[in-house]
Amino acid sequence: MLIKPASDIKPSEITPESVYRSRRRFMAESFAAAGTAAALPAGALPAAWLGQREVRPGQPIGEDLTPERDATRYNNFYEFGADKGDPAAHAHEMTVDPWTVNVTGAVAKPGRIDIGALLSGIDLEERIYRLRCVEAWSMVIPWIGFPVKKLLDKFEPAGDAKYVAFKTLHRPAEMRGQRSLASSIDWPYVEGLRLDEANHPLAIFAVGMYGKVLPNQNGAPLRLVVPWKYGFKSIKSIVEIRLTELRPPTTWNLSQPREYGFYSNVNPNVDHPRWSQATEKRLPAGIFASRIKTRMFNGYDEVAGLYAGMDLSRHF
Amino acid sequence: MPPLGAQKAVLFVLLGLPLGLLGWDVWGELAEPGSTLGPDPQEAMLHRLGTWGLRFLLLTLAVSPLARLLRRPELVRLRRQVGLWAFAYVLAHFTVYLTLLAGLDPTVLLGDVYKRPYITVGLGALLALVPLAVTSTRGWQRRLGRRWKALHRLIHPAAIAAWIHLLWLSKASYQDAIVYGLVLAALFGERIAFALRRRAAKAAR
Repeated sequence: MLIKPASDIKPSEITPESVYRSRRRFMAESFAAAGTAAALPAGALPAAWLGQREVRPGQPIGEDLTPERDATRYNNFYEFGADKGDPAAHAHEMTVDPWTVNVTGAVAKPGRIDIGALLSGIDLEERIYRLRCVEAWSMVIPWIGFPVKKLLDKFEPAGDAKYVAFKTLHRPAEMRGQRSLASSIDWPYVEGLRLDEANHPLAIFAVGMYGKVLPNQNGAPLRLVVPWKYGFKSIKSIVEIRLTELRPPTTWNLSQPREYGFYSNVNPNVDHPRWSQATEKRLPAGIFASRIKTRMFNGYDEVAGLYAGMDLSRHF
Repeated sequence: MPPLGAQKAVLFVLLGLPLGLLGWDVWGELAEPGSTLGPDPQEAMLHRLGTWGLRFLLLTLAVSPLARLLRRPELVRLRRQVGLWAFAYVLAHFTVYLTLLAGLDPTVLLGDVYKRPYITVGLGALLALVPLAVTSTRGWQRRLGRRWKALHRLIHPAAIAAWIHLLWLSKASYQDAIVYGLVLAALFGERIAFALRRRAAKAAR
């Protein structure tokens, strides 16, 4: 394997220049191992608020990475429009620096905190995950982030906290989709997880992808990535995290309760009312590409224990 | 006005242009994947053909109101070609779905038609257009006589079905559905107003 073990890197060894070079080397190696001939361009991670940060390389999953060009130019972020190209075209209008996150609700240490301070002392790592959109297409994306639990623990969730609610920035002046009169979505976008789901090691907050700081259209500066759930659960551009006792409302469930449940785990056996979820199209796909089978929990079987005894066709 | 033949030739080029451009992009995509149609070319083809099918269906419905508005009844002579183009785009749209998405698998098609109302209604629109395309010739017009006109009113439910197809597949934004819906409503509104005016004129005589 080309990947250097993470233990080779000690925070104490860090000096800006060597970090920069080593990070580039580690990332390039992990990319090469993942089947992509990616030479990382200069000026990637770090961002101003992120500082010089070490990134532990991710484990390849034996599937081709989606080209960065596709993952950053073809996605849904309805705050910037309904077409897949709209986020890349318009997300630059959003200001992401300065950025604060309000952590509130059932926590011992609530507070509104600057994104830079929020991430201090949290190690970054790369995670190569499948992303399965509820629209039955999928990608493989190398995220850079850290487990959700690490951040939540900083604020000391109370014993009665059972859910985590997330909220996206609501700033119509910079987010043209939020100004649209034809939208069926009630802004701001909100999402939620059960606390034990959020604490699962696979659930991460991402601040980067493809070795670079997260582009605005992919949810800068801070987004959730929950790889065993449909993509819309992985809320972007987070400004509020609230720990609650009661199940929080979620945007798509409010918009179309028959089509989108609270859990929204990837499940090939439960069809969306308007299309089948049994298969998916891995992007980029050629004109004659055929579909691949969708796997339960998007192939992340290790989360099955979270749903033991639950009827997942009812709690879809 | 240029002669009818020239008008028809210009119309042919204009209405065929979106198909030609799509063909060009498909050619580019086949030569270099990802170069022209994005990461999901099947979806791009489907969407472009469907959109132009609906637009030309509405354009077909706009011919007689335009002829009345501009007081140029001869415009109606161009209508057959517009309608046939609309049918061609809708048929190509369905063909892309049937071959590339459904993989020519009849169980997929039947499952979709049975389970997914937006596909049911879309197929309904296509089927309603088939007899209109078949009987669009002068020969059929003569043979059917007065019934030809009645038969060709099928374009009204077909256009409504096509619009519902769009409405039901809309996800977060109803912008397109609203815009096309307003156009459709205006075209129907003009027809109703015209019919009422004609009835009033008859009654006055």
